[in-house]
Amino acid sequence: MKDNLYNYLLGIADNSLILGQRMGELCGHGPSLETDIACTNISLDLFGQVRSYFQYAAKIAGDGRTEDDIAMLRKEREYKNVLLVEQPNTNFAYTIGRQFLFDVYHLAFLSELQKSKDLTLSAIANKCIKEVSYHERFSSDWVKRLGDGTEESKGKMQEAINDLWTYTDELFHQTKVDKAMVIEGIGVDVTKLKESYYRQVSELLEEATLQIPESKYFQKGGKEGIHTEHLGYILAELQYMQRAYPNMEW
Amino acid sequence: MSEEQIRSLEKQFEERIARDEKIEPKDWMPEKYRKTHIRQMSQHAHSEIVGMLPEGNWITRAPSLRRKVALLAKVQDEAGHGLYLYSATETLGISRDEMYEQLHTGKAKYSSIFNYPTITWADMGAIGWLVDGAAIINQVPLCNTSYGPYARAMIRVCKEESFHQRQGFEIMMKLANGTSEQKDMAQDALNRWWWPSLMMLGPTDDVSVHTAQSMKWKLKRKSNDDLRQQFIDQTVPQAELIGLTIPDPDLKWNEERGSYDFGEIDWDEFWQVVKGHGPMNKERMKARVGAWEEGEWVRDAAMAHAEKKQTRKEKQAV
Amino acid sequence: MSTKNWPLWEIFVRSKNGLEHRHCGSLHAADAEMALENARDVYTRRNEGVSIWVVESKNITASNPENNGELFEPAQDKVYRHPTFYDLPDEVKHM
Repeated sequence: MKDNLYNYLLGIADNSLILGQRMGELCGHGPSLETDIACTNISLDLFGQVRSYFQYAAKIAGDGRTEDDIAMLRKEREYKNVLLVEQPNTNFAYTIGRQFLFDVYHLAFLSELQKSKDLTLSAIANKCIKEVSYHERFSSDWVKRLGDGTEESKGKMQEAINDLWTYTDELFHQTKVDKAMVIEGIGVDVTKLKESYYRQVSELLEEATLQIPESKYFQKGGKEGIHTEHLGYILAELQYMQRAYPNMEW
Repeated sequence: MSEEQIRSLEKQFEERIARDEKIEPKDWMPEKYRKTHIRQMSQHAHSEIVGMLPEGNWITRAPSLRRKVALLAKVQDEAGHGLYLYSATETLGISRDEMYEQLHTGKAKYSSIFNYPTITWADMGAIGWLVDGAAIINQVPLCNTSYGPYARAMIRVCKEESFHQRQGFEIMMKLANGTSEQKDMAQDALNRWWWPSLMMLGPTDDVSVHTAQSMKWKLKRKSNDDLRQQFIDQTVPQAELIGLTIPDPDLKWNEERGSYDFGEIDWDEFWQVVKGHGPMNKERMKARVGAWEEGEWVRDAAMAHAEKKQTRKEKQAV
Repeated sequence: MSTKNWPLWEIFVRSKNGLEHRHCGSLHAADAEMALENARDVYTRRNEGVSIWVVESKNITASNPENNGELFEPAQDKVYRHPTFYDLPDEVKHM
């Protein structure tokens, strides 16, 4: 039970951690000062969530590990984030597309997590949901702007959605830990979120005058620690200081 | 307007400033006042946004989550401060795009300090402690400058920046109290950032061209040399407190002056960097120009979308 | 360079209920929705607001300082609009 909860927390937190890291890369390089500030806010929200989850995880582990040990000192295969969030900032359409495809899921997930029997977890969800509601509003608005903007932006937005689509199905994949937590009344049954997710995403894409990808071929593995090649490089940066200067305080 | 009328307006204008009255955007102002303010304010704004780059360089590698969020928030503030300052400058009749254009073509300058590389984590500490420290000394008097929009922007900036220097000093303190490796890292950063920080307060008074006029318009309240002395006097004890050594063998307390004497600044290095040949000048501009050019299709798309939305709304109304 | 740049918007923030919206600065945005979102991200990061107004700068009509004499000086000597203009005996309190 303790192990399951610990691992379940990592699964949730790693999504925010890796996406926050990706958004953090952009600071100072976005299309306008205003968007830089907005993307940094999203990144800050996500890292705030990460800290809540990992502080709780550290308490559960109870073996002296800190939030930073958990965030930065695991091996590649021990990160449980979905493949979607580790995809690179190829251009602003990919950044927005990744954010949007994750936000719609994230929001639905958190509103279920609020009902968790685990009071700490439901309290965290309660706080995060306000942040994520705004993320979803921000990314949806931008999908519409880019989709229904110029010919060029439409092409780029469509390409990003097409490429990222293959990582959406994994959001609804259940691991053993997920199933155990659902039975305990602690976790969210993500399979139940799938239908409304695709409906919501499709509606928005239509509004953005974009095509809904038809591909039925999906990638998964992140939740089991089998990642795309991108994750290694993200971790190389994330972990650099902790690895190069072990056992020090910062 | 006759020359005589202009002279009389100018006289009234200078009197208003001398009485500590603020000048607001629509007020009459001498062309030179407008131009000087556009130059200084846009340079200030450019420094904020170019200044995001050296620190942004370490966001993904910050050693702890606590340090990461603090650094992100700080770099974000710099974007915000750039934005406030660009907006304030726009009240003088120049657009942000025109200011960017001047930055990207090298016509406008920004603070030279950002042309140095951030090569270790300790540089985040040194920048916050020294660079923000020097910036605050420059900025606080500007909260009372004569041009209203600039003064208001600076009040906001100074209020928000109060955590920046603390953030940097805390990083340095932690390193200085850490392992020998950490302490070395901190000392090395201090060694590299000390002299550029002193240069940041501007050329010596005998060669500084703008000082007299700027003093009159309250764009400056103290001379570069006075500001530099103030910075040194307040920073040396801070370094001592955390056991780091200022890399200046000539640094010595002067009992008579009640200030520190300090060594010769390498002004050749300063001018080399100002003229565009510092270690990172080209990289910094490449990053800014790159972000701007790669963002163009995004900005265009947003405008196109806004227009479509507007048209649809108008059609519905008919 | 872009053919069309994002226009400038003036931002007004109410810091808490009971207080008026106050001008706090400006920013660029393609449309009103974006201006609101940007204002939220730029001007309320430190918990400064509970409500935001955005107005495109070009829609503001401002008085001209050249007319300040005729606009504002006539009000200066209308002292009878202020309570201190009226004489009352010391015995009358609270009026």
